[in-house]
Amino acid sequence: MTEFLQQLLNGISLGAIYALIALGYTMVYGVLRFINFAHSDVFMVGAFAGYYLGRHVPAGTIAGGLAVMLGAMVICAILGMTIERLAYRPLRGAPTLNVLITAIGVSLFLEYTGQLIFGATPRTFPQIFPVTTVQIGGLSVSSNQLLVIGVALVLMIGLQLIVFRTRIGTAMRAVSLNPNAARLVGVNNDVVISFTFGLGSALAAAGGILYAMNYPSIDPLMGVMPGLKAFVAAILGGIGNIPGAALGGLLLGTVETFVAGSAFSTYKDAIAFAILIVILLFRPAGLLGRFVAEKV
Amino acid sequence: MPRPLLYFLAALAASIGVSAISGQLDPYLLDVSMGVGIAIILAVSLNLVNGHTGQFSLGHAGFMAVGAYLSSTVTLFLGPALLGEEGGNALTQGLLFAAALAFGGACAAFAGLLIGLPSLRLKGDYLALVTLGFGEIIRVVFQNVEVLGGALGLIGMPAYTTFAWVYGGAALAVYTVACLVNSTYGRGFLATRDDEIAAEAVGLDTTRYKIVAFVTGAFFAGVAGGLFAHFKLAIDPRGFDFTRSIEIVVMVILGGMGRTAGVIGAAILLTLLPEILRPVAEYRMILYSLLLIVLMLVRPQGLFQWSKKGGQP
Repeated sequence: MTEFLQQLLNGISLGAIYALIALGYTMVYGVLRFINFAHSDVFMVGAFAGYYLGRHVPAGTIAGGLAVMLGAMVICAILGMTIERLAYRPLRGAPTLNVLITAIGVSLFLEYTGQLIFGATPRTFPQIFPVTTVQIGGLSVSSNQLLVIGVALVLMIGLQLIVFRTRIGTAMRAVSLNPNAARLVGVNNDVVISFTFGLGSALAAAGGILYAMNYPSIDPLMGVMPGLKAFVAAILGGIGNIPGAALGGLLLGTVETFVAGSAFSTYKDAIAFAILIVILLFRPAGLLGRFVAEKV
Repeated sequence: MPRPLLYFLAALAASIGVSAISGQLDPYLLDVSMGVGIAIILAVSLNLVNGHTGQFSLGHAGFMAVGAYLSSTVTLFLGPALLGEEGGNALTQGLLFAAALAFGGACAAFAGLLIGLPSLRLKGDYLALVTLGFGEIIRVVFQNVEVLGGALGLIGMPAYTTFAWVYGGAALAVYTVACLVNSTYGRGFLATRDDEIAAEAVGLDTTRYKIVAFVTGAFFAGVAGGLFAHFKLAIDPRGFDFTRSIEIVVMVILGGMGRTAGVIGAAILLTLLPEILRPVAEYRMILYSLLLIVLMLVRPQGLFQWSKKGGQP
């Protein structure tokens, strides 16, 4: 039982990170209807931003850690908005396939530029937050895990507030529902889309730092697998649906952790895709998504 | 004799002719051109699925892996038993290799059928993801099969792949796809792509067309995988990850979806590009990715489509 709870805790903390990345995918899909393959590399840039910023703050303090995280979020938000402006905006209205290929191109560009600038060898991520391990009735809970869950929770609640309580959030939902109608009632779609990219990229940066704290070896290709899995999480919950992405992330992280702890641990990377396929075959709209019939 | 068949036989004869003198060619050149040939098979077969039928598949490398591994099992495990100690003569080796390629292709086609039946009900991005997922699952499965070398990969295949095999295979792939698409039956592929609802409305079984395209594409991907395995002589599961699938998709898109000649051109170009950029190896992949972005921005209709009036989306 203790082992079960321990695995559950590990799973939830991994899932919280997936959820943070998944939110970025799902928001971009919501407004632009395409898979932003470059998102997983923004996540990587977030981790590296944390690595470099972490040198300039006192290590192991909460204030320093938060400062690093905020700095990385700002850097990635700017990066995300720049990518959108330069690569995706000129393709507004082009077939999805072309945008998809561009996204793949941006993703490769970030990965290989990362290899050139940061080097391909993995680096050890510094301890920017204080680390302790607490024993609760046989469970060993690291402060990092609690931090991951705490930060993810705060960010998700913040996102929910932005999307449902602010003007720009209302505009985001309007663009997601019907871009043309939104433009007719005076929404500036470009600003909204740019904002969405910034918001999603900031969340990815936070996810990158939290991931790097728990798996403290970072390299320019570190985003690929978490990125793919987070996308699976977004679909699992119903793409375009924000609570769905959070739910999908938690579910996927938990299942993956349990598989990794079982006899089938080598199949851990396949399980996410197996879940994806089963979900798409039986509930194509995802767990929380609504099925919308195609109009002729 | 019908003209396509004539072209096919001419290409076949030409590749056998070049192969006969391949001993005198520059080994580097020969090596690169074999890589190009395998890329052509992959791109043309994916073009049937992505270009002609309009089903976006991101799992082509998975089928290539199935073909590579299963054809290698034939030559590695069955070969010594059939050919005897001294390894047989050229004819028996050729027959064994043909059987191995056919087996690899058939297994890939079967995998394509298993994957296609459930997943081709999905559309667009979702189909892309499911095929990507299947490609990754195939890779992870091979990583875990110890008989096939597991994560370390499989080595020791005999070097059966020659110029004639590669370009014979490429000619066969192009011929099959061209005949399939240009037949009365094959117009259904284009109809499925252009407007699925309209195609269904006039009574076409679009699901069947999609599956035929998928299975045929998977077969040739398997054959290409077999050729690749007996050309590189060492395969490992990481070589068939989704970056490889994306490479093939990029060839199809840059070639202009559904244009066989363009896709062949793009396959040649994209295989040669890393070789040309070798002097600036450090920046090679950065340039490649930038090129991809810029091409999508300025030539979204594909590299080789000059008239704007082409009309096809």
